[in-house]
Amino acid sequence: MRVGVITFPGTLDDRDAARAVVAGGAEAVSLWHGDADLKSVDAVVLPGGFSYGDYLRCGAISRFAPVMELVIEAANKGMPVLGICNGFQVLCESHLLPGALTRNSDLHFLCRDQEIEVVNNQTAWTSSFKQGEKIVIPLKNGEGSFQCDDQTLAMLEGEGRIIARYVGENPNGSRNLIAGITNEKGNVVGLMPHPEHAINELTGPSAQGLGFFTSILNAMVK
Amino acid sequence: MAKIVVDVMLKPEILDPQGNAVASALPRLGFNFAKSVRQGKRFEIEVEGEPTPAQVAEVERAAEVLLSNPVIENFVVRVEK
Repeated sequence: MRVGVITFPGTLDDRDAARAVVAGGAEAVSLWHGDADLKSVDAVVLPGGFSYGDYLRCGAISRFAPVMELVIEAANKGMPVLGICNGFQVLCESHLLPGALTRNSDLHFLCRDQEIEVVNNQTAWTSSFKQGEKIVIPLKNGEGSFQCDDQTLAMLEGEGRIIARYVGENPNGSRNLIAGITNEKGNVVGLMPHPEHAINELTGPSAQGLGFFTSILNAMVK
Repeated sequence: MAKIVVDVMLKPEILDPQGNAVASALPRLGFNFAKSVRQGKRFEIEVEGEPTPAQVAEVERAAEVLLSNPVIENFVVRVEK
């Protein structure tokens, strides 16, 4: 199975994301933002960083990169896509996911180990977890506050489309402690904290992030 | 020369931490007039000659697609002399 990892100008976490894909048991394929070719990948990871310098709004310019046109088309046909941090922002700007990520409520850039609870293990990227499983992975962002209108929030809650919530104090002002959401089909997932930095206890707070990358193999086997 | 101006503001119901930070900095400097502050973005767009209604309409489209995020922001387009 081939999982593409997209590099935009300003992406930071593509190397770790590719490493996590391999640790999960798939082949990592590097994709460049200017490519008009998905290189026959079966799934795509949009890693974290500051694509296009976060100019205008986080993810706003990346959304129009040539490779994103193909990702949007494939995602709408069911291809699994995981957006982490800046990748989550790109997915919201692309309208593949509802809502938007805004400045942390206390204005500080946060970088810490964060406990989250996986509250939907039925998506392409969360099936390796137990429902309600609590994991600790790094959270590092300046604009991680998930916002949407009341109607969208009620829809996300009602349809079980929130996939992870922060445990304990709200780190960034996200509505209903939302750390990650999915689309209607469960193939597109956006997550603010970073599972790719938590695949090995030597370099991360846990190895619990690996579950996102093994989940995608389960999805393909089905 | 006239230019087309686009003002983008967070919707009223969206939390604006930057505006709040400005609002709390003002009284520390002795400025006591502000009940609240909201911070936004302003784009100034020059075109060849005087802006035409068609160009303004194009900017309206661009504001909706790129310059603002309609999920969290409102925008106003106008021609400024």
